[in-house]
Amino acid sequence: MSAHEFTVADLKRILREGAGADEGVDLDGDILDTDFESLGYDSLAMLETGSRIEREFGVTLDDEVLTEAETPRALIEAVNHVVVRSGAV
Amino acid sequence: MSGAGVRTVVTGLGVAAPNGCGVEAYWAAVRKGTSGIGRVSRFDPAQYPARLAGEITDFVAEDHLPGRLLPQTDRMTRIALASADWALADAGVDPRNLPEYGMGVITASSSGGFEFGQRELRALWSKGGRHVSAYQSFAWFYAVNSGQISIRNGMRGPSGVVVSDQAGGLDALAQARRQIRKGTGLVMSGAVDASICPWGWVAQMASGRLSTSEDPERAYLPFDAAARGHVPGEGGALLVLEDLEHARARQARTPYGEIAGYGSAMDPRPGSGRPPTLVRAIELALADAGAAPEDIDVVFADAAAVPALDRIEAEAVSRVFGPRGVPVTAPKTMTGRLYSGAAPLDVAAALLALRDQVIPPSVGVTPDPGYALDLVVGAERAAPVRSALVVARGHGGFNSALVVRAVRT
Repeated sequence: MSAHEFTVADLKRILREGAGADEGVDLDGDILDTDFESLGYDSLAMLETGSRIEREFGVTLDDEVLTEAETPRALIEAVNHVVVRSGAV
Repeated sequence: MSGAGVRTVVTGLGVAAPNGCGVEAYWAAVRKGTSGIGRVSRFDPAQYPARLAGEITDFVAEDHLPGRLLPQTDRMTRIALASADWALADAGVDPRNLPEYGMGVITASSSGGFEFGQRELRALWSKGGRHVSAYQSFAWFYAVNSGQISIRNGMRGPSGVVVSDQAGGLDALAQARRQIRKGTGLVMSGAVDASICPWGWVAQMASGRLSTSEDPERAYLPFDAAARGHVPGEGGALLVLEDLEHARARQARTPYGEIAGYGSAMDPRPGSGRPPTLVRAIELALADAGAAPEDIDVVFADAAAVPALDRIEAEAVSRVFGPRGVPVTAPKTMTGRLYSGAAPLDVAAALLALRDQVIPPSVGVTPDPGYALDLVVGAERAAPVRSALVVARGHGGFNSALVVRAVRT
């Protein structure tokens, strides 16, 4: 399994691969505090994103992690909390 | 609204066919007799007994769809979304300017999103459930084209999907007409199918009706003594259907034609000894259109290319119209059979035949005189075309027929 922290670069790559990117949104810009809805990602896109993070980082995310993390910053923090706890890093 | 007196007209066409994407590209190819049938290229067909298909080779999804839609759509849905865009543009409709609950979407589907489903099932089998895309929950589903067209264009009126194999393409148009008669001003209808992937291929082979010929020009030969099954294809057509008054109120273009009549009938169960019901479907469609057989100027045949099925269709046409009593054509000899997409594509061709007063040819076929059909082969035939009958049959006994007619003004 991946032996590094979950970064914003990981998140952007996973979003692009799993759910695509909205043409009206610059994912390469500063998106850390923009909520996922404004970035064009609905609940199903977040489900797919969560599933890919779990696979890649060898962790299990509670449903609340995905529903409660409204921004990339919040999701990255929540995921890394689980990654560290599970000893993946 | 009772629906009496409501006339359903076609104001826009979106076409994606193996021999041309876009109405005019397809129609030019069909009139010239240009076939889109060739060896399967989307996967290596060497290990399968059937190796030819009508593939769409000039469709690049990224050119037509936003990035957010690509990971969640099967090939058939991508082609359907583009075709719907083309149909709306052709009709001069910007759905943002119309009431969202006044527009519906009713398509047909015969197999759903096979290629997407194959990929996800492979992931499930080889890697486990955590590797299956969340979008598999709907990307494979029969109703997905209707749903995605509805979402993309904000068309939130009566919507649905009809699943009756190849007959579904006509059954969807009939269902759309019912909704228009009940008061919905505009319905996007028709069908696009695409399942040329290994899983879709073996599913189609299970019908026992696929041609195993290696010669693209002699593989799919309806009404020919050498008929040996059909070549599968991908694509279809989406049509903008409108209440004539709705079209007039928005000063729409001159309609291509009117959906004037429809009929359907189920064959009796095999072994019952009772006759097939295709004649009944045709007679119902003519009666519904208020048309006599002599009013029909051309028949677009279902053209199964399975001798027993060709016989049933030829006898039905002869019984209604008399031996060699009406010109018959099968432009699907240039595309292969497109399952639910086939009949809407034939309806598009029939409407263009009305527009240009010409009957497109069937290609490759040497008609068996025993069928007593006036089959238009070799080259197109100039002829007065005011009404056309389109016939479609689905595996399992579905028989449907639809009459399109020039709009009398």
